[in-house]
Amino acid sequence: MRCFASWLRTHNALNNMNIIGSLIKKEAIHIVRDRRTMIVTLFIPLVLLLLFGFAISTEVNNVRVVVVTDRHTDTSRAVSQALAVNSYFSFMGMAPEAMVEPLLKEGKIDAALILRHDGASMPHQVIVDASNPSVAQAAVAYINSVVSPQVSTAPAIITRTLYNPQMKSSYNFVPGIMGMIFILICAIMTSVSIVREKETGTMDLLLVSPVRPGAVIVGKLVPYFLLSCVILAVMLTMAYTVLGIPLSGSVVSVVGVSLLYIVLSLSIGLMVSAMVDTQVSALIISAMLFLVPVIMLSGMIFPVDNMPVALQGVSCIIPARWYISAMRKLMIQQIPVTEVATEVGVMVLMTVVLLGVQLRKFSSKK
Amino acid sequence: MTPVVDVRGVTKNYGTLRALDGVSFSVAPGEMFGLIGPDGAGKSTLYRLLATLLVPDTGSLTVLGLDTVKDYRALRSRIGYMPERFSLYPDLTIAENLNFFASIFGVDVKQNYDLIAPIFSQLAKFPDRPAGKLSGGMKQKLALSCALIHRPPLLLLDEPTTGVDAVSRNEFWDMLASLRDYGITIMVSTSYMDEATRCDRIAMIDHGRILRTDTPAGLVAGLDENLYNAAAPDMFRLLEALRRLPDVADCYTFGATLHVVAAPGFNPAAALARLKEMGVEGATIYPAQGVIEDLFIKLTRNER
Repeated sequence: MRCFASWLRTHNALNNMNIIGSLIKKEAIHIVRDRRTMIVTLFIPLVLLLLFGFAISTEVNNVRVVVVTDRHTDTSRAVSQALAVNSYFSFMGMAPEAMVEPLLKEGKIDAALILRHDGASMPHQVIVDASNPSVAQAAVAYINSVVSPQVSTAPAIITRTLYNPQMKSSYNFVPGIMGMIFILICAIMTSVSIVREKETGTMDLLLVSPVRPGAVIVGKLVPYFLLSCVILAVMLTMAYTVLGIPLSGSVVSVVGVSLLYIVLSLSIGLMVSAMVDTQVSALIISAMLFLVPVIMLSGMIFPVDNMPVALQGVSCIIPARWYISAMRKLMIQQIPVTEVATEVGVMVLMTVVLLGVQLRKFSSKK
Repeated sequence: MTPVVDVRGVTKNYGTLRALDGVSFSVAPGEMFGLIGPDGAGKSTLYRLLATLLVPDTGSLTVLGLDTVKDYRALRSRIGYMPERFSLYPDLTIAENLNFFASIFGVDVKQNYDLIAPIFSQLAKFPDRPAGKLSGGMKQKLALSCALIHRPPLLLLDEPTTGVDAVSRNEFWDMLASLRDYGITIMVSTSYMDEATRCDRIAMIDHGRILRTDTPAGLVAGLDENLYNAAAPDMFRLLEALRRLPDVADCYTFGATLHVVAAPGFNPAAALARLKEMGVEGATIYPAQGVIEDLFIKLTRNER
């Protein structure tokens, strides 16, 4: 008798596995057959990664600069040469002082360095076109760093930029893009695909069958989880090879925290699908409630610390904020995973709460 | 014999709207039971209750001896449900849809193919066509095949012939008739009253209430006694004039003619004479055969 019962259980479990297998296969067909979505999902991460990695950057390159000097000395020559060999500058040559303003006005140069000889010391002045403040700030800082060691006799302040010595902005953007992409794929695609079944009535057919609601959910989550894993692998490879982001030593924790974030995004998608009944509203809710805040409030572009306190509070409930923060620490600072315990803890908590609520909702509904 | 479907005093409200109001009926094993009524009568709600997708506010539904609320899990694997709208996966092919539904019910397509063969044979010629690209009639055949693939003892079909052309509709009813040979009990709803005569028994439903349940013959019996056809070149004036006659209980358009429900003492010859006096030329009146639609009009008029 006991033997029979255990046979029945395994047989049942086998049957359940078969059902979940069929659901996953069916979902995979949906994904693969929808060519446009498939292409978009695979290309958007790459395009965004390359766009933010190369085209869109907050670094300032090729600052066009002229040097004005009252006397040609070894020092002034040394300064000019230092500017000429530095890749952040385009050295435009020497110019008389009267020409500086017309050149700036015409937009031929971005900054001018004026050197005056006054005995042993050499005070200098930087004139900069500040119509773009970020370019101006960067230009002044660059020029000072080049000039100071040459002209000053006082002990120089030696700055060392840790973790990202060249201050590449792609280092900063890659975690942000990953935070956004997984919300896009997991939350939006999962919720739309579940709601589509509600809308077309196929969910009713699934319910009027031996399939348990839990199996329906698993059948939905697994394919999108696998798709996200592929995208994660592609993005990490790209980040490492093309953008040169150091990953050595932290790959396991980067992947681990990313998988946690993927599961969290999937549970958000599940939550959205329970809230709405049409694909359009699923899309709108996902985009308005998740995508926009991810871009604006997660610290992906605008640092969280610069936000008003109220918005900082709001940003705490945005999963991407914690993920991006953890990714920056792991990918760029390359610190051990124990240092991101807060971020991981918050994400685990969010996942547990969301999944708990959803599963409860599903099992109570008949 | 215990009924396959036993509905007792079921009421269902959507907010303030009463979709079903004290509905009771039962369906015997092997019966083809029709549910007819206009759109919005409550047919789909009743189907969703029977399919365990809804819970009644009051009353009980017993299907295959199982309560739809308490034993919904056991019941779900034993009924074949075909919702009103086409609800298969349009991007999956014919074969993929059929295999998918077979696999979630844990059955093999080959094992039950004999049952669906007459329905599926036309579709089997192009198994790789996406379901979304099929014609209305083909879609219904595929949906029926998917609903039957696990050999359910009860088939719940909610308006299966809506949006299907007349030829395919006829074919569909022939297929349903052949399914009865396998002992499958069928509950089918429709808003086309002419189709209803192909059922063993019919329940007429309107505004959430069952008006009458009987065999098609039983329903129309006695209707002929006082029913006449009337026609004239000017149908509109004829209708106006007939409605004013004292011995006409009711008069309404029916296809190309008018149906006249006569009150006691109605005489066709006298009525024609009266019509001529009223200026209606070339009118004819002759006995009509009552059909279910006449009964429906009669019953819904009485209610008002």
